[in-house]
Amino acid sequence: MSEETKPTTITRMTPHELTQIVAGHEELFILDVRNETEFNDWKIEGEKIEIINIPYFDLLDGIEPALEQIPDHKRLLVVCAKEGSSQFIGEQIAEAGRENVYYLEGGMKLWSEHLEPVKIGDLMSGGEVYQFVRIGKGCLSYMVVSDGEAVVIDSARMIQPYLDFAQARDVQIKHVLDTHLHADHISGGRELSNVTGAAYWLPPKDADEVTYPYNELVENGDIRIGTGNVNVHPIYTPGHTIGSTSFLIDDQYLLTGDILFIASIGRPDLAGKAEDWVSDLRNSLYELYGGLPEHLIVLPAHFGKVNELDVQGKVWAKLGDLFSTNPGLNIKDETDFRKTVTENLPPQPNAYQEIRQTNMGKINPDEEEQREMEIGPNRCAVHDN
Amino acid sequence: MDIKVDRVVDAQGLACPMPIVRTKKAMNELNTGQVLELQATDKGSVADIQAWANSTGHQFLGTKQEGHVYRHYVRKSEPDEVKEEMTFPHTVHNDELERLLNGNTEIRVVDVREPAEYAFGHVKNALNIPLGELEQRLGELIPGSELYIICRTGNRSNLAANLLEEKGFKNIKNVVPGMSQWNGDVERD
Repeated sequence: MSEETKPTTITRMTPHELTQIVAGHEELFILDVRNETEFNDWKIEGEKIEIINIPYFDLLDGIEPALEQIPDHKRLLVVCAKEGSSQFIGEQIAEAGRENVYYLEGGMKLWSEHLEPVKIGDLMSGGEVYQFVRIGKGCLSYMVVSDGEAVVIDSARMIQPYLDFAQARDVQIKHVLDTHLHADHISGGRELSNVTGAAYWLPPKDADEVTYPYNELVENGDIRIGTGNVNVHPIYTPGHTIGSTSFLIDDQYLLTGDILFIASIGRPDLAGKAEDWVSDLRNSLYELYGGLPEHLIVLPAHFGKVNELDVQGKVWAKLGDLFSTNPGLNIKDETDFRKTVTENLPPQPNAYQEIRQTNMGKINPDEEEQREMEIGPNRCAVHDN
Repeated sequence: MDIKVDRVVDAQGLACPMPIVRTKKAMNELNTGQVLELQATDKGSVADIQAWANSTGHQFLGTKQEGHVYRHYVRKSEPDEVKEEMTFPHTVHNDELERLLNGNTEIRVVDVREPAEYAFGHVKNALNIPLGELEQRLGELIPGSELYIICRTGNRSNLAANLLEEKGFKNIKNVVPGMSQWNGDVERD
């Protein structure tokens, strides 16, 4: 029998199915067969997920070292970088008599790119807000839909899910917005606007070095959707970057970008200006957000840990609640605040300099290079998750 | 340029895990000290071949990229390889050789490692004659001239130095500890 044509005795698990397991806090045992460096940098997480790492090349003489560690009664998911090695090892585990053996379709590569749309809620003036959860990387983007029109905010690099979603609902993407110049992922905003003809909007203070045309997001320069009853209202909230802009939508939803997360706050150092922007960050959080109504639903551009997802897989919180639960909103002393956001920060995101250059249009890496740059967690918050 | 190796594994077009599976199989058929070249197009092979070599104790030499093809070079090692005793009496330390190379004296360095090891870093102007070919290539060396014999750790160069002396060469020096701890300039092919 040739080594490439073994019969498949294992079941494929799609990124969508894995997302349901993670969001539903279901039990799962994962055997990750990537090399140790890749595993330590980034892995699948979940409240009831148990995960071990044994590189596939350490199992070529036999899978016994893995069998010893895999519990009998649990679903087993074998994961690798792309999928080949997980099938290779998974099949041997199934042949050894184990049941409930799955492999992850497309491996960590597809997992890092998977976007799961979830509905956040309705708009008072007609329409809905959807959150696109990039669960493998912790990125959140949004589509606001009203009267046949849509706005996309903080688009991921992969734009097809937005196009498919808009087509299925028969809406036209009219505006594409970024809350700031991203450092952890490549924005799909420019491409999405090219493909759809939508207007692309950026905060001008983040766009000094941008090489392509864009529209300037300015405070009180509201963007209207559909018949005009739904508006996106930009609020200038610097701190993570100098241009960082929040959006108040329908007087209900506050899109905070990378300024305020559910369990943490944004870090000011990714554009190299940590010390300068500390007071801007504090002012945005404590004064500007502090002055907004408590009932607003905060929708950030990232989550840190998967326990920030609710049972439906959404990430959100009431602004008033965050002022009591989020440690970043409860640092009274300014010096302590400065220390928290400038010292002992988590490592910076993978290739963040190149990602910023790409988002400015200064470099044009191909798709494979872009994918490579985005590997790993987002790390945009000050607290290490 | 092709580097001379003992075995080529062609895994072009194959996805993970096949490049490593085939490398492992071929490696089992090689003798200790022989060099294997893995040709792969899967980018994952770049990190995995190194991690695999680390975990098995084989010596990873390096990777060359030509277009979309990666050529990885690995030299077979045995974990229980016995370190042979250094029997050749005339040795010079790396530092001394480096000093001589930086001076004006014309000296001849003979690197007795495998071509792939040599390709990923050698002393400037060193002549590469793998230990296994030394006996057939004595004609390339000038009897009576000062010859500095170097390898990775001083083992193979020790054997080479003894062989050369047997064959009547004088002024032979074994360079220790060898390229594995060389701090001076290196050239790459």
